[in-house]
Amino acid sequence: MAKKARKKDEGAPLTRSHELWLIACAALTLAPHAVHAPLWLSLATGGMLAWRGLIWWRRRQLPPRWLLALLVLAGSVAVLATYRHFFGKDPGVALLILFLALKLMESRGVRDALAALFLCYFLLLTHFLYTQSIEVAGVTIAALVVITATLAGLAHAGRPASANLRLSSLMLVQALPFMLVLFLLFPRVQGPLWGLPMDAYSGLTGLSDTMSPGSISELSLSGAIAFRVKFEGKPPPHNMLYWRGPVLRHFDGRNWRPGRQTVSTELPYAAKGPDIAYAVTLEPHNKAWLFALEMPALLPPDAVISSDYQLLSRTLVRARLRYELRSHPGLVPGTEESTETLKASLQLPAGINPRARALAAEWRRQLGDDEAVIRQMLGHFRREFFVYTLTPPPLGKNGIDEFLFETRRGFCEHYAAAFVFMMRAAGIPARVVTGYQGGEQNPVDGYFIVRQSDAHAWAEVWLANKGWVRIDPTAAIAPSRIEAGLAAAVPEGEPVPFLVRSDLSWLRELRFRWEAMNNSWNQWVLGYNPQRQRELLSRLGMREPDWQSMTAALAVLSGLLMLALTAWALRRRIRLDPALRAWNRLSCKMAGIGLARYAWEGPADYARRVAEARPELAMEMERVAALYISLRYDRRKSRRDGLMDGKNEDGKLLQEMNQMIAGLKIHAAR
Amino acid sequence: MANSTPHPAIHQVIHQAGRVVLGKERQIRLALACLLARGHLLIEDLPGVGKTILAHVLARLLGLNFHRIQFTSDMLPADIIGVSIFDRGTGAFQFHPGPIFAQMVLVDEVNRATPKTQSALLEAMEEHQVTTEGETRPLPEPFFVIATQNPSHQIGTFPLPESQLDRFLMRIELGYPDHAAERELLAGSDRRDMIATLTPCMEPGDMVELQSSLAQVHASDALIAYVQALAEHTRRAPEYETGLSPRAALALLRAARAWALLDERDMVLPEDVQAVLPAVASHRLHPAGGASGASAQEMAAALIGAVPLP
Repeated sequence: MAKKARKKDEGAPLTRSHELWLIACAALTLAPHAVHAPLWLSLATGGMLAWRGLIWWRRRQLPPRWLLALLVLAGSVAVLATYRHFFGKDPGVALLILFLALKLMESRGVRDALAALFLCYFLLLTHFLYTQSIEVAGVTIAALVVITATLAGLAHAGRPASANLRLSSLMLVQALPFMLVLFLLFPRVQGPLWGLPMDAYSGLTGLSDTMSPGSISELSLSGAIAFRVKFEGKPPPHNMLYWRGPVLRHFDGRNWRPGRQTVSTELPYAAKGPDIAYAVTLEPHNKAWLFALEMPALLPPDAVISSDYQLLSRTLVRARLRYELRSHPGLVPGTEESTETLKASLQLPAGINPRARALAAEWRRQLGDDEAVIRQMLGHFRREFFVYTLTPPPLGKNGIDEFLFETRRGFCEHYAAAFVFMMRAAGIPARVVTGYQGGEQNPVDGYFIVRQSDAHAWAEVWLANKGWVRIDPTAAIAPSRIEAGLAAAVPEGEPVPFLVRSDLSWLRELRFRWEAMNNSWNQWVLGYNPQRQRELLSRLGMREPDWQSMTAALAVLSGLLMLALTAWALRRRIRLDPALRAWNRLSCKMAGIGLARYAWEGPADYARRVAEARPELAMEMERVAALYISLRYDRRKSRRDGLMDGKNEDGKLLQEMNQMIAGLKIHAAR
Repeated sequence: MANSTPHPAIHQVIHQAGRVVLGKERQIRLALACLLARGHLLIEDLPGVGKTILAHVLARLLGLNFHRIQFTSDMLPADIIGVSIFDRGTGAFQFHPGPIFAQMVLVDEVNRATPKTQSALLEAMEEHQVTTEGETRPLPEPFFVIATQNPSHQIGTFPLPESQLDRFLMRIELGYPDHAAERELLAGSDRRDMIATLTPCMEPGDMVELQSSLAQVHASDALIAYVQALAEHTRRAPEYETGLSPRAALALLRAARAWALLDERDMVLPEDVQAVLPAVASHRLHPAGGASGASAQEMAAALIGAVPLP
């Protein structure tokens, strides 16, 4: 008895094909979560799905309830052990993943299956809390089709799978216009809604604010995109593309760190000379830095500029950010630099690198002139067979000495550090500038892509009558790095990022296409922020679009869409035989006294039913029905091929029918 | 209504048969419609509700010669079709036709015979001829089989397979008589005696003529659209395992024409289709999921209610 009651509670039992579909739904929903979920969870989930599949395959019994309860407990404890709490995005999603896998283990009836499917829908949504890439969108849409098809299959047992898939695809296609309207008009808020600060921004790579030997060459191994640039007009040559990032002044013998700096919304120099206009789409890096071509001529909104000419955002860049800029590539700023800054730019740690210091002091004595010392240093790099390599040997305490006089192998940070050290030792104010150099134009959409592998370090020296002059010692060793990029500069066989290598042209072609697609996705889908929404809406003629008017427009457009779809669905009803239209009119009239025709009711039956209910209408009803029957079912009609223009016999019949219906006097029942 | 070509005799048949088979006018009309449409009739019901009487009465009234075959499980095809026996007088084989050679054949309890015998009968029904020992012999015209069968859950039966059920244009159930009819039946004289007193209202030629006049009954585009909509609905709707075949749709239209003819009309109305639908469609439709429980009437009513008139 109790068993019977439970059975009723679970709804109809699942068929084998339902079960298979359900397992497929769960697998499709859960698989992409493996990218970010802890390993033990992915293994446990995969194991449970495989177990469920085995049960299906071998037609075994589902596990008993006590075992499931035990698994729930164990899983919850594991989640707690991993995250230390149950709140927030990651533990919440982990629990849901676990529960979906477990729900499959006890899904016997349609009701269980429905619960599991709705959980699938929700878990699909949570993918977007982690990434919003094209790949995830594609997988989500595929899973959506399958889950909806499963739902359709549950409603109609025994319908073939292809029909379910067709139905679910059709439903999704019908939902497309609504999706577009909602996308364009739904009032937007800045930043991710689900931004939970605790764990939201871990795992972003990029430049750091310290530089030590090896830090940039390590970054150079990553093919990840740092930012994209769209130039207005012709892009400048490769050797002018210095994207300025953190400026490092303080040297402790091994690490370079930024010095003290002030920020301002005013440019600390006068902008002059020819300029370049461009827009940067910066990938999130969880720092405040905005990269700009040297030297920026105006500030983007919500940005400031530091006293050493670095653009900074007021908030950390945690979402993809797009800003427009102008830069003067020829500008040399800082003729009037404060003595404090100049003093800081001569700082050297005491007691290390004696040989470098001695050489610098000797040059100073011999040459005297600042610029001659700089030339001497760059010439030294060239003369002494220095090698530009991604895999330099490790350096010890007197790193600059070892590099300059022994190993002579280094990456850009070695050259920049050694150069700045020597300049300071020779009494010339100098500093290290980090950032990116170069970039690669995607021929598909014309965007420049700057990758982590384009990370670079160069030097700036202050000359009394000129200001801060950029000197790139790497250009002296490996000019091709500056002219053509990393791949051309390092010796063959070095571990250049796979995607940056220049010898796999078909792969590059493919990568360009894929990145161009990703970029349009970023620009048009993910980059559709409140500002762009406002721009689009005002271009469409909505003045002052606020959330109220957007909501109103949303409602109106959705309503119109619904109407259009309904009209499309009903379009067959519009082309009606005039006799049928008159007949329907009669039914509408009769509906007033509760005698509307049933959709399936034949004319003679209907006339009889009305006549029985309302004998006073019997004669008219009989006549109208006879007219209708002869118009619609008699052979004469087909003989004349439906000509009904009021001249032939059918026209007369129709006229009579219309007149009779119009003249029909119906009184409410007494 | 419009110019009709009634055959007064056919109404005489309905009237006379109604006097013997009490309270079953609808079934009598269906049986006649089936005959007019050149189809065969399957009557499925419990023993003793008057299946045999109905067949007998119709044969008598229509003036058709009548044979009755009681099917048993040990029956062979030759028992139906006939055998050739060597005649010593002429020195040749002489064919002795079996009981199938009649204008109206009543096959009692068709599901008691083995499939082999059943299929011999059904082949004759389909082809209107029989072939034995290499010689094909035509069956008389008109040729009409009324088969009765007990509900298949009774023991000792070989249920007709679906493909063979399809050979029957209609399947009807007689059901118990209503209260008044049963009282009259109990009070009245013996039915077999009454059959003996019946006189034929028609000649066999009249029947053939009526059958050929069926083509004159007009089915308009709107009506054909309705028949098509019904068939398409059964194929689309999830409550049926398989939908109606094109042959079933043709049968539906033919039966509706015959029904209209019985109603003295020269055109088919949706009501005609609806009237014959339970008898024509119910043995050809199978509810999905193997769940049967709905009677033929209920299933047909659900189908009619689900399809609006085009």
